[in-house]
Amino acid sequence: MPLRLLKYAIKKEHPASRFFKSHDAPKKSYDVVIIGGGGHGLAAAYYLAKDHGITNVAVLEKGYIGGGNTGRNTTIVRSNYLTPEGVNFYDASVKIYEGLSEELDLNLFYSTRGHFTLAHTESAMRTMRWRAEVNKHVGVESRVVGPDEIAKACPQLDLSCSGQAPILGALFHAPGSVARHDGVAWGYARGADRLGAEIHQNTEVLSIDVKNGKVCGVKTNKGYIETKQVLCAVAGFTPRITEMVDLETPIVIHPLQACVTEPMKPWLDTILVSGSLHVYVSQSSRGELVMGSSLDPYEVHSTRSTLDFVEGLTSHMLDMFPFLANVKVVRQWAGMADMTPDFAPIMGKTPIEGFYLDAGWGTWGFKATPISGKTMAQTIANDSAPDLIHSFRLSRFEDYELTGEKGAASVGH
Amino acid sequence: MKLLTCPMNGSRPLSEFIFGGEYRDAPDQKTCSDSEWAAYVHNRSGAPGDKKEWWYHSPSGTWFIAERNTLSDKVSRTYLLSANTNSTQEQAK
Repeated sequence: MPLRLLKYAIKKEHPASRFFKSHDAPKKSYDVVIIGGGGHGLAAAYYLAKDHGITNVAVLEKGYIGGGNTGRNTTIVRSNYLTPEGVNFYDASVKIYEGLSEELDLNLFYSTRGHFTLAHTESAMRTMRWRAEVNKHVGVESRVVGPDEIAKACPQLDLSCSGQAPILGALFHAPGSVARHDGVAWGYARGADRLGAEIHQNTEVLSIDVKNGKVCGVKTNKGYIETKQVLCAVAGFTPRITEMVDLETPIVIHPLQACVTEPMKPWLDTILVSGSLHVYVSQSSRGELVMGSSLDPYEVHSTRSTLDFVEGLTSHMLDMFPFLANVKVVRQWAGMADMTPDFAPIMGKTPIEGFYLDAGWGTWGFKATPISGKTMAQTIANDSAPDLIHSFRLSRFEDYELTGEKGAASVGH
Repeated sequence: MKLLTCPMNGSRPLSEFIFGGEYRDAPDQKTCSDSEWAAYVHNRSGAPGDKKEWWYHSPSGTWFIAERNTLSDKVSRTYLLSANTNSTQEQAK
């Protein structure tokens, strides 16, 4: 290293800049308290300040920021959903993502790769046609393609899948992208901090005070905070928080596992998903193959991962890419997915005044980070949810107006 | 390999079983309100803890109850719903 560069490491006048300020303890009161320092909570804090001028905000995170499902997903961003409500919502998210590196002044390695959802059966083809038509109707670039086009985009793929499950076609979604997921959390954290919000790590919410159906404060391990507005954005911990305010929801927690291989030279340009083989895979900017599969089959509040998962996933990966047989899996992990019965999120107001829910993000939360932050900020600032998230309200269950998105989940769950 | 004790067939690999969700008592359809019924249909007690759950042993077609902690994933006992307490089996450690 050149000496003139090294001197900056020693000189006091050029300290390394921090992404956000650390605070000893929360203040006595805030206008808004956000529980959960993941992408969603931090994005909400950022848009509360930027769009609505609400800066007296605390984000409480019981661990470290982005350490939950924000840092555990397989980083895929797409909007090829099944319902028009879903497609509109996720498309708005993709559009913010496309300009987000610039807006947050942080390279999120947002990389538009194109996204193929492979169909191995006639019934899967039917769902792909359905999704393509809904997408086109809403103005999202998705179309059904044949095996030729798939082979052109990914010549390494065995189109017969070892003869087990020949590929009939795919839903091609041009805007499908990957991004550096922890960067999204850190970018929003820095943005929120610069605009005046406070981020408190290692701060756990122990209970929430509700009087006469209204939120009036939260008790944390660092003292009591008075507030009239609380946003719950805690993904897999949602049932523990909603239990504090006696709010019933349909959310059930299942682990969702993922893993990466050792890094390789770039060879996989696109994002590939196979519902029948329960695989989704992309190559990260570091060269690792990032792979995920379906949910664990029963409820557990745990982030332990299993050998069963790696065995099942890799055997299907080898059906698709036999040449990967000698490649090593170097890391595996799990996140706690907060599943809803219709595979759509639960967002907006609740029967408790001042208690807002941004939950039910199951296996589809990362791609929605910017738009959920923006719409939840709008909901809190106006005490009224925007039309864009009307279909995701908690009361849809009581109204029997579910938003069926199960057919748009990456893999059959 | 994880094991689960089927009340009819003894200790079997977990892959032979299907999770059937939490055991819940249905409200009386004749007397409950619409919102009580909707809550029964959709809502679940999602917070971690000791739960009473339906499980299905697929090869033998046996539905039974397992008492399991959803935080530690430890099963404390499994039994047929109709059976009295004498025929319950402690889960093999």
